[in-house]
Amino acid sequence: MNPARAVEEFYDVAVIGAGPAGLAAATVCARAGLATALFDEQPGPGGQIYRAVAGTPLKRDTILGADYWRGASLVADCAASGVHYLPNATVWSLSPEREIGVSLAGVAHMIRARRVILATGAIERPFPIPGWTLPGVMTVGAAQGLLKSAGLVPTGRVVLAGTGPLLWLFARQCLAAGAEIASLLDTTPRGNIVRALPHAAPFVASPYLGKGLALLQAVRPRIKIVRNVEALAAEGSGRLAAVRFRTARGAEDRVGADLLLLHQGVVPNVNLAMAAGVRHVWDGEQLCFVPTLSRDLASSIEGVAIAGDGGGIVGAEASAEQGRIAAFAAIRAIKPAEAASLIGAEAEARRNLARWRSGRRFLDRLYRPPDQFRIAEGDTIVCRCEEVKAHEISEAIALGCTGPNQLKAFTRCGMGPCQGRMCGLTVTEIIAAGRGVAPGDIGYYRLRPPVKPVTVGALAGLPAGDAATRAVVRE
Amino acid sequence: MFRRLPDAAATLTVTVDGAPVAARAGESVAAALLAAGKLRFRDTPASGAARGPYCMMGVCFDCLVAIDGAGNRQACMVPVRDGMAIETQTGARKIER
Repeated sequence: MNPARAVEEFYDVAVIGAGPAGLAAATVCARAGLATALFDEQPGPGGQIYRAVAGTPLKRDTILGADYWRGASLVADCAASGVHYLPNATVWSLSPEREIGVSLAGVAHMIRARRVILATGAIERPFPIPGWTLPGVMTVGAAQGLLKSAGLVPTGRVVLAGTGPLLWLFARQCLAAGAEIASLLDTTPRGNIVRALPHAAPFVASPYLGKGLALLQAVRPRIKIVRNVEALAAEGSGRLAAVRFRTARGAEDRVGADLLLLHQGVVPNVNLAMAAGVRHVWDGEQLCFVPTLSRDLASSIEGVAIAGDGGGIVGAEASAEQGRIAAFAAIRAIKPAEAASLIGAEAEARRNLARWRSGRRFLDRLYRPPDQFRIAEGDTIVCRCEEVKAHEISEAIALGCTGPNQLKAFTRCGMGPCQGRMCGLTVTEIIAAGRGVAPGDIGYYRLRPPVKPVTVGALAGLPAGDAATRAVVRE
Repeated sequence: MFRRLPDAAATLTVTVDGAPVAARAGESVAAALLAAGKLRFRDTPASGAARGPYCMMGVCFDCLVAIDGAGNRQACMVPVRDGMAIETQTGARKIER
């Protein structure tokens, strides 16, 4: 997919994020003749799920699986649509007036658009356990990204730990690539299945069931699996040396490890939307903040829609359908004459979306991460950047700290370079539990642009138009 | 610890703290260092604790290194280039960078 030669100052539609939702949204908009920009932080399209699908060193073989290669057609359609594709783009601000601050090759630009479709996808849920900051402890998504984008596989004594389909998918991909996994520590609580069962019927009818069973069958016989893991810690001095764990039976064990890969689901990547002022609410099923969205995926900000996992976790296929639905709404708003011919396509997208969403509630409940791996205690680091430990947060609560923003003043928690991405949900839930208040009432960090680092030099280099001046000078 | 699959053979050379490291065009600085067996990318400014890549998608900021003299670059987000000079970081980024 060829990058645009230059970025324009104004677009009909700006799509942010080139995963399934963003690719699909940009394709539909550009095909309808709208001037469409697709900004993406990575060097190639695909997002995380289809990461490097157009540039992976891996041949089309059985390692990554057919679901991964499905991303190639999304990319091909988008490449042929006439979209302005802008990779290596760091979007650091979005104003309610739909003014986008973006850095391209170290140069800052202020872009305006009639409509913005945020497709910022998901990040992996924080997994705060003792020792999770040690070199050698990474996320499963990180290792999978290395496999997709760089053709690297884990080696040495590799331990996977956590809950959710990605653990099993990555285990299968490693096996297919000839890599060995020493053990898989499954932290899924036994009680989850009971709470998931009332939602089993739509799951059984959904495409997820067959995929899931095939995965389990492929992995189970070939990897040592430890179930009902209730406590987990990474140990080592300067780097990971061992993983200590305890199961529900009370059995404790310690295994030497060179690499510990953690995963307990994904949560919406909300920083840009929150900093823009989009209204979010707590989702008690998915245990994260999600934006409030209309049927057309419009957010609380006029002209800003959110498609894909950034609006609540739906998965890759549903994300692409949401991208299309957001695009149809943009076309109706900007070029109503084009919209009539798209009614059938929109109905199909909505049908597909319903089908892909049907098994989600079951998955959310089956793989709901247990409290002890979300609500850290004691010496466990919560804020990796400022190295704030769970007990320090509890002490701040005891001193009368009421929420995440006040906690910053007490502890600097959430004030490092990741801007709360690695600790925000943990902090909300620790304060909620500590104060006996619902997470939704505790709220999240108040996020501000720039949501990604931008140099003063890049800002100073902005052409001095009105938009640029407003970006850095408020009167 | 990571190893390269045969499809991902190295094509160029960068230096890490002065020592040559083989890398493949198209991969990130973090991928090149991990493939070379390097897990520790920096020591934190807050306590001096060792850190390396955690998320590999630009979120966690734990893979910060100096690249060609510029400090605090996200190693997972910067593609390697032949001859690139990469340095691990100790503590806060140096003022001259």
